[in-house]
Amino acid sequence: MSVLFIILPLAIVLAGVALTAFIMAARRGQYDDLDSPPWRMVFNDEERK
Amino acid sequence: MLADIACAHCTLPVPPGLIRGGDAEQFCCPGCRAVFQQIHACGLADYYKYRDAGDLIPQAATVDNADAAAFDSEAYADLYVRTDVGESSTEFVLEGVTCAACVWLVERLPSRLPGLIDAQLSLADNALRLRWNPAQLKLSQIAADLMRFGYRPHPARGVKSGDVFRKELRARLVDLGIAGALTGNMMLLAAALYAGWMQGIDRPYEQMLRWISLGLGLLSLLWPGREFFRGAISAIRLRAMNLDLPICIALLAGGVAGTINVIRGHGEIYFDSLSALIFLLLIGRLVQFCQQRRARSAVELLFSLTPSTCRVIEDGIAKTIPIQALQVGQRVEVRAEELFPADGVVRTGNSAVDASLLTGESQPATVSVGDLVYGGSRNTEATLEVEVTAAGDSTRVGKLMRLIEQGLSDKPPIVRLTDRVAARFTAVVLVAAAITFGVWWHAGAERAIETSVALLIVTCPCVLGLAVPMTFALSIGRLARRGILVKSASALERLGGGGRLVLDKTGTLTTGQMRVVAWEGDETWQGVVSELERDSTHPVGRALRRAYEGCEAPAAFRGRSTVRTRTGGGIVADFACADAIVGSLRMLDTNAVEWPGHLLAARRYQQTLSRTVVGVAIGGVAVALAALGDALRDETVSAVNHLKARGFDLQICSGDAQSVVDGVARLLGIRGECARGYMSPEEKLAYIKTGNTIMVGDGVNDAAALAAADVGIAVAGGAEAALAAADVYISRPGLEPIVELVDTARHTLHIVRRNVLIATSYNVLAGTMAMLGMMHPLMAAVLMPMSSVTVLSLTVLAARRGPRRSR
Repeated sequence: MSVLFIILPLAIVLAGVALTAFIMAARRGQYDDLDSPPWRMVFNDEERK
Repeated sequence: MLADIACAHCTLPVPPGLIRGGDAEQFCCPGCRAVFQQIHACGLADYYKYRDAGDLIPQAATVDNADAAAFDSEAYADLYVRTDVGESSTEFVLEGVTCAACVWLVERLPSRLPGLIDAQLSLADNALRLRWNPAQLKLSQIAADLMRFGYRPHPARGVKSGDVFRKELRARLVDLGIAGALTGNMMLLAAALYAGWMQGIDRPYEQMLRWISLGLGLLSLLWPGREFFRGAISAIRLRAMNLDLPICIALLAGGVAGTINVIRGHGEIYFDSLSALIFLLLIGRLVQFCQQRRARSAVELLFSLTPSTCRVIEDGIAKTIPIQALQVGQRVEVRAEELFPADGVVRTGNSAVDASLLTGESQPATVSVGDLVYGGSRNTEATLEVEVTAAGDSTRVGKLMRLIEQGLSDKPPIVRLTDRVAARFTAVVLVAAAITFGVWWHAGAERAIETSVALLIVTCPCVLGLAVPMTFALSIGRLARRGILVKSASALERLGGGGRLVLDKTGTLTTGQMRVVAWEGDETWQGVVSELERDSTHPVGRALRRAYEGCEAPAAFRGRSTVRTRTGGGIVADFACADAIVGSLRMLDTNAVEWPGHLLAARRYQQTLSRTVVGVAIGGVAVALAALGDALRDETVSAVNHLKARGFDLQICSGDAQSVVDGVARLLGIRGECARGYMSPEEKLAYIKTGNTIMVGDGVNDAAALAAADVGIAVAGGAEAALAAADVYISRPGLEPIVELVDTARHTLHIVRRNVLIATSYNVLAGTMAMLGMMHPLMAAVLMPMSSVTVLSLTVLAARRGPRRSR
C-alpha cells in the first residue's frame, strides 16, 4: 500500500497538467466563441493548396 | 476598370481577383462554384433558367467608394482602430450574416486581399475581427470588399466593452475550471478519509490524505475563492452586508479550523465542503454574468445599425465623414432612402420623412425648408440638405439609446432581493455564530470552534447564490425555444407580478385583415353579393367575395352582363326582375334605398362599432347588410380572459379611431375608460409613464413606449431592433404566447419562492441543531452540498416541466 505515497502525488501532478492545459486554452480565447469553430472544421481549404 | 462580370450562380458581380481567364462561367466565390457544379452534377441545371424568372436573387449592397472612404479617416481610426507596429486591428459588426456559409465566405477574405492578415467572424454576435497590415491595405478596401458580398460593415461601437467582457469571461472560466478540478480531486481524497473514518485507516495514510487536502484546499480558497474575499472586503469598506460576507466568513473559519486540525493531526478538515461551495457558487455567478452581457449586446447592435457615415457639405463640396466627427452647425446631405445621421433643420429641398422608429407614425410626414428632422429617421423621397442642431448622444435617438442602456445597467431586482435577504441573513448568522461560540466556550475551545463552524457551513446561502439565477436562466431558455425571447431576468420577474397590461390594438388582437364579421338579413342574398363582386378588386369587394365564395344566387340573379355601374362605392346591376345594389351606405342612400326597421337598427349598431357596412338592396329596398371589420384573432378572447383571470388590468392604447377601439374593447369585455383611441406615440409614452405598466406593441413603431414601460413586449419588427427597446420579443403572432410568457414568469417566481422557503426552513432547522451542538461538522459538510443538490434538482425539474396548462 505504500505505493500510495508515490501514486497519489503523481495523480495530482497529472491533474495539474490537465488543468494547466485548460487554463491556457481558456486564456487564449478558445472558449470565447462556441458557435463558429465547429463549422470552420467542415470548410475545405482548397484555396491554400 | 473591368466591366462587372456576374457570378453564374448567384448573379452578384465577380470580384476582379477571382476572375479565371478562359472559363465560360465565372463565380464570385468558391462556394458558388461548388454549388453550381453540384447542381449541374445532379442534373438540376434548369434551376438557373427558372431562377432568373423569380425575384429571389440576392442583392449586393451597393458599393459606394466614398462611403467606404470614411473608414480611412483619422477620426475613425482614433475611435475604432488599434494600431501596433506593422499591424492594425479593428472590429466590425456585419449586417447580413446568416449561416455558416457566411463565416466561410468572410474568412476567405485574407486569400483575396493581400495585406489582410486575419479575419475571424463570430456567428454568435456577427462580429468580425480583422487584423491587417496598414502599409499594404487600407481599411476602406476591406470594407468595400465586404459590401460587394452583401455584408455591410458597421463599426462595432462596443469594441471596448467587448474586450472587457471577453477578458472577464476568460478569467471567470479559468477560476471555474480550477475550482472544479480542485473540488473533484478533493472529493476523491474525502471519500477515502470518510471510508477510513468508518472502517479504520492507518495513521500515515490518513495524515498524507489530510495534508494533500490542506494543500488543495488552501489553493482553492486563495485562487478561485479570492472573488469572495474581494467582495467581502468591499462590503466591509462600504459598511454594507452582501452575500459574499457570510460565505467569506465560513471559508475563513473553516479554512483556519481545518488548517489547525491538519497540523494538530486530528479533528475535522473542512476543505472538501469549502471547495465544493466555491465551485457551486462560481457556476451561478458565471450564468448570471453571461445573461447580463447578452442583454447589453442587443443595444450595441442597434447602435451599429444607425448610419456610420454621412456626407458633409463644405463650400459646396460633399465630403464623407464618420458620423462621430459630425458637429453642430455643419450641413449634411441626405439622399432618398438614407437615414438622417443627426437631428437638424432642413435648409434646402422637400421630401417626406419616415420617423417611425422615434414617433411610431407609420406614414411618412412631408418636410420642407425650416422643418425639424431627427437622426435615425429615414428620408423617403428626395435629397435634403440639413443643418445639424444636435449630434451624437444629444440627438433624440441618442437620448433614447442612453435611456435604454441605463435601464440595462440597473441591477436586476432579483439580485437586489437576494442581496437584501443575504444582508439580513448574514447578520443573523453572524450573531448566531458568535452566540454559539460564546455558549460553547465552557466546553473548551475546540468544541466551540467546531460548533460555530458547523453552523456557518450548514447555513451557507448557496440556494440564493446559485438556484435563483439558475431558475431564471432555465425559464428564459425554455421560452426562447418556444419563440419568445426574454432579454433579462428582471423583465421575467416583473411579468409575474401582474398589474396594468396595455395592448396596442393593431396586430396583437386582430388579424389586420379586412373580414366579414357580421351578416344581417336572409342568407340567400349572400349569393347575390358573391355574383356581383366576382370581378371586384376593391379590398371590401375582395373580402366579400372571400366570405361568400360558392354561395349560389337565386336563379333570377345570375349573369354578369347585367352590371350597370361599378363605382368605388359599390356595384349596381340590372336583373330581369329587379335591380340589385351592393355597396356602401352612402351609395345606397344616394340611390334612395328604403331601410326596414330591423336592418336600420342593425346598421346603426354596426356603425357604432366603427365597422365598414355594406348594404344589399333589391328593387330599392334594403334586404341585408354585411359588416366588415378588422377581425379579432381566434384565440384573442380566450387569451384575454385568461390574462384577466391572472389578475391583469387589461387596457388598450391605440392610434386608431376611438370608436374602433371601443368596438374591440366591448367584444373583449374591457371597460370603456380603459380603451383609448387616437393616441399619438407621445401620448402613449406619457400614459405609460404614469404607472406600473406592461406594454405590448409593435417593435418598431412603439419603440419609445416599449422602452419606457416596465416590461415592453414587442410582437413585430426585427428581433434585434425590437429587443433593443423591448424586454421581450415574441416571434409568434397573437396573444397566446403572451399568456404563455406570463404563466412561465409566474411559474418561475413560484419556483424561486419555493426554493427560498425550502432553504430558509432547512437553514433554520439545521442551524438550530448546529447551535445545540447536535451537528457534527462532518454532518454539516455532507448536508450543505446535499441541500444544494436537492434544491437544484427540484429547480431543474420544475423549470423543465414549465407551467401547468390550465384552461
